[in-house]
Amino acid sequence: MNRIVGGAYAAVEAARSSSRPTALDYISNVFTSFIELHGDRRGGDDPSLVGGLALLDGCPVTVLAIEKGHTARQRQARNFGSVHPEGYRKALRLMRQAQKFARPVVCLVDTAGAGCGLADEQHGIGQAIAENLTELAGLSVPVISVIIGEGGSGGALGLALADQVWILEGAYYSVISPEGCAQILWKDPAKASEAAACLHLTARDALDLGVADRIIPETDFGKKPFYDSLREALSEEIQNLRKEPGLSDKRYARFRRF
Amino acid sequence: MALLHFLKPANALEAGGRDHLPVQSDAMEPELTCPECRRSTPVSRLQSRYMVCPCGYHFRMNARQRIRMAVDAGTFREAFADIVGNNPLAFPGYPEKLETARAASRENEAVICGTGKIGGHPCALFFMEPGFMMGSMGTAVGERITRTFELAYEKGLPVVGFTVSGGARMQEGLLSLMQMAKVSAAVRRHADAGLLYIAVLTDPTTGGVTASFAMEADITLAEPGATIGFAGKRIVEQTTGKRLPKGFQKAETVEEEGFIDRIVSRQQLKTTLVMLLAMHPAGGERT
Ligand SMILES: [Zn+2]
Repeated sequence: MNRIVGGAYAAVEAARSSSRPTALDYISNVFTSFIELHGDRRGGDDPSLVGGLALLDGCPVTVLAIEKGHTARQRQARNFGSVHPEGYRKALRLMRQAQKFARPVVCLVDTAGAGCGLADEQHGIGQAIAENLTELAGLSVPVISVIIGEGGSGGALGLALADQVWILEGAYYSVISPEGCAQILWKDPAKASEAAACLHLTARDALDLGVADRIIPETDFGKKPFYDSLREALSEEIQNLRKEPGLSDKRYARFRRF
Repeated sequence: MALLHFLKPANALEAGGRDHLPVQSDAMEPELTCPECRRSTPVSRLQSRYMVCPCGYHFRMNARQRIRMAVDAGTFREAFADIVGNNPLAFPGYPEKLETARAASRENEAVICGTGKIGGHPCALFFMEPGFMMGSMGTAVGERITRTFELAYEKGLPVVGFTVSGGARMQEGLLSLMQMAKVSAAVRRHADAGLLYIAVLTDPTTGGVTASFAMEADITLAEPGATIGFAGKRIVEQTTGKRLPKGFQKAETVEEEGFIDRIVSRQQLKTTLVMLLAMHPAGGERT
């Protein structure tokens, strides 16, 4: 039992590690010709959400990625990957652009949770996520979301209402942080490891629950073969999805089963 | 006439939850003390005025009371009541919590759905229940609300929904999170058919419900004084590192910030709904 308890929380701690590859590492190694596009056209640009165009095996795609940064300074600048409403609205703008140009969307998710500062509330963080959910639900282009580290609650879901949801072997996906859960249930954030085990948040759990479609192994993690095989998998899946008519209906059915 | 149908259900929680339990006055009639003006008012008097204090403070209401307040008498047909939550992740203590919630609220889940008429306009309806784990959203809640939107889509009906929720139900883990996606997809499909969705945000509407269907309506109304937000106050305070401004996450502030169309008191609510429904002739524009 103790081993299992340690297991789930150990996975969370590993997923949070600043030494893990972040979204920008994936962008530069999986894609080519990345061109970052800034701004939500509503008055802001959120560095925690990196959006733009890139080539995946020569095909143009829209990339929406949550970037945490590696160094303390980078992490501060990226708000530790907690996306502000401006970031979700930048993503929304680029989703609509992807739809216009019939371009597939690849989302890289890595967040402990959406931004929870005063300005985030004042600028409608809940509304921003909600609007992304209805937007993603209606897209007729392929959408693949890969949870590369932390899949923290609504902040992650705001980029993960996708045709295919993949999760890295060492990533997690959860409705609430284990600490938050422990605080609410037992008024004791120190019981986070018990909470983690109860929440069924590991990559394996996500797959078993049907929340994730595929686990991406971390063989040669962060090295060329790892990125090469991810590129191959993404490219192949996008080809498959492109052949399927009625993607938004299939996406509806995918989430309908929960 | 509407007032006659506004009867008191036998439910201690209806009066607003733990914060405002009825106190016995000398006359032995239960009273409620208003947290705004500190005045005590007999519960029977409050019930005849939609649980609104003479000062305007809105006490919490349960879902059945809201149905009586908003829906034409005798027209509500409850649906999907057989969909109930179990314990999909074998979460410790959850079955006991469900038992307690069922006993306390006399409801079997945290939302009541169905069809009914508002001012003669047929609608699909949902009413979240604060007495049931503070309206938390698990698979049963998500499924009932999704089916409500699907029913409305099939029959070409508008949806009127009352939200009150602490957010996603953590005891159902990722399956609760997926409800946000599932309901949102159903909202989108209903919207694409040109059908109207009116959300009425009541105290409190937070977390995953705010980040999904509470904020996806064509017209978003809110009750005065309702707390509406995403993250909990404590978390925002910790993140911000200073005291939160007055009126933080209050409906009036959220309206100023641009995320609510209109704050409507309970006395005005039904009239407002009827006017809005009348301006959206049934069917809409199918795409
Ligand atoms: Zn008062």
